[in-house]
Amino acid sequence: MILVVAETHASGEVNPASLEAIAAAQQLGTGAVCAALLGGDASAVAALTACPIERLYHGQHPSLATYSPDVWVQALVQIYEQAQPTLVLLAHTYQARDFAPQLATRLGGALISDVTGVKSPAIFIRPMYQGKLAAEVSFRPDIPGVVTVQIGAFNRASLRRDGAPAPVTMVNVTPDAPRIEAGEIFTEAKQAIDLSHAPVIVAVGRGIKDPKNLDMARQLAAAMGAELAASRPICDSGWLPMDRQVGSSGQTVAPKLYLAVGISGAIQHLVGMRGSRTVVAINKDPDAPIFEIADYGVVGDLFEVVPALIAALQASPGAPPD
Amino acid sequence: MKILVCLKQVPGKDAPVRIEANQRAIRDDVPYEINEPDLFALEAALRLKEAQVQGGSEPAGEPQSEIVALTVGPARASQALREALAKGADRAIHVEGAEAPQLDAYAVAEAITRAIAGESYDLILTGLQADDDGFGQTGVIVAELLGAPHATIIMEIVPVAGRARIRAKRELEGGRFQWVEMPTPAVLAIQSGIGKLRYATLMGIKQAKNKPLRQTTLEELGVRPSLNRQVIERLYVPAKRQGGELLTGTAAEQAAQLAARIRREIPR
Ligand SMILES: Cc1cc2nc3c(=O)[nH]c(=O)nc-3n(C[C@H](O)[C@H](O)[C@H](O)COP(=O)(O)OP(=O)(O)OC[C@H]3O[C@@H](n4cnc5c(N)ncnc54)[C@H](O)[C@@H]3O)c2cc1C
Repeated sequence: MILVVAETHASGEVNPASLEAIAAAQQLGTGAVCAALLGGDASAVAALTACPIERLYHGQHPSLATYSPDVWVQALVQIYEQAQPTLVLLAHTYQARDFAPQLATRLGGALISDVTGVKSPAIFIRPMYQGKLAAEVSFRPDIPGVVTVQIGAFNRASLRRDGAPAPVTMVNVTPDAPRIEAGEIFTEAKQAIDLSHAPVIVAVGRGIKDPKNLDMARQLAAAMGAELAASRPICDSGWLPMDRQVGSSGQTVAPKLYLAVGISGAIQHLVGMRGSRTVVAINKDPDAPIFEIADYGVVGDLFEVVPALIAALQASPGAPPD
Repeated sequence: MKILVCLKQVPGKDAPVRIEANQRAIRDDVPYEINEPDLFALEAALRLKEAQVQGGSEPAGEPQSEIVALTVGPARASQALREALAKGADRAIHVEGAEAPQLDAYAVAEAITRAIAGESYDLILTGLQADDDGFGQTGVIVAELLGAPHATIIMEIVPVAGRARIRAKRELEGGRFQWVEMPTPAVLAIQSGIGKLRYATLMGIKQAKNKPLRQTTLEELGVRPSLNRQVIERLYVPAKRQGGELLTGTAAEQAAQLAARIRREIPR
């Protein structure tokens, strides 16, 4: 049996990535799939028991109201011992990054992280070298296995359950008091720009090399009537403010047109922009992952292509509206 | 405060990755550099030490602040330690072994904890993941093996009550954050961007030559690839998903075609 550990958002809602994890467990095809939920309200229970799972293990304890890795690991070890799964599977969220390696080690097992596919029930596929390579990875025989699956890698559209909701087993877990005190979740005050509704975005990455080259990007954005955005390293360096960052730790955008300039297309960037209607990429590396999701690609030096593009846009009269 | 910073050497950002004939590793005839998040871990440690020295918050009678850089890697990785010493680490530990690149996160965490057995650190910092393996696990497993609390994806660190406790700012998804507080010793996995990285000064590079660098080996610590709990069966270049249309020609020709497509997508 595969046990999928579900995660809930602060709002109480089940993280859609956890549903993808259930789909991944199904795709492994090794038999029954159960889910585990720590804390969580009736709506989370309802969302999970409406999935094609055999059973939901619902951990109960007052300290499950807020996430803490110690508490989560102790609670999940108790559920693990009761449920006796052959594999634990969860979405590769920030929370899973925080506790899944600890859980795997506590169980005497291993974690295969950031899995994007399965070759066989025992062989998992994961990216290495920033996605330049893929690896087929297996667990050492006879140890407990924990797997996290990359967000967006498995399709949850096929999850359907016929008939009554799945049964729920309450598990009264008894974790120690958490060593880690967690404060309130907050956003930085100066979140001034909302890129989520911008119809056109020009985003720059590390290929821009120097903050003084941002002027060129600004000119391009102006010629296209676009908002300027960036990958994380640009904001980390303070070249553009944090609120212009697109990706898992920044904003999620879905413009009509997203022009990526000198951005490699790391997964943490892609999750923030792959909902864009049209993606255009300018990058000198023909193997850059961004080209895999680009509708139009230019392999070339941005310092030649961008000035030429600005000139071409300024010269072109614009397509007649149809 | 005594801080251990764990660093890894990874292939340079523009280095070509070519697979060995055995399909289980990459060829190592490439330039190497310190993994980027690990550089930020070192930066965080240097800032903590500077703040304590300047702020005079070194508790009286306590040992001075000390930063120790540690790497698990083959002979070439000593370069990473020299760089850390030149930037301001006080001493270094090299867990050397030709088999180091074959170790999984669990085995590396075993090597780290065995190498520091008998020492006591207030804080252990790692980068949140390495750009080569991308496991993102080593720091958390070190914490588990030591029985210490931990937090990951950290953007800021503030000591509390001298050095008895630590507050750390965790990054969450979607531009949200959370402060967490825990007793020391603690392990923190550092996210890129915690502060602007410094360069080594000439003075620093000179001083580094006289700083202690302790050598130990995987063999001495009893760490071998047979400790691995996960096995890479095969490495390969992933099949490229069918991308869109590639525009060809000179830069001007590419730009003209692109301008036409852009005008079609977003008519003025
Ligand atoms: C927990 C976590 C959260 C993260 N969150 C985010 C996030 O929210 N957003 C985000 O963007 N990243 C995020 N990252 C970082 C992410 O993994 C990548 O490191 C980052 O997206 C890389 O940015 P980049 O593409 O600009 O830089 P690089 O990967 O360095 O790519 C630069 C690109 O520029 C190209 N280039 C260089 N020179 C030229 C030239 N002259 N002409 C044309 N092309 C050129 C290169 O070929 C290369 O493809 C996160 C990482 C982690 C671990």
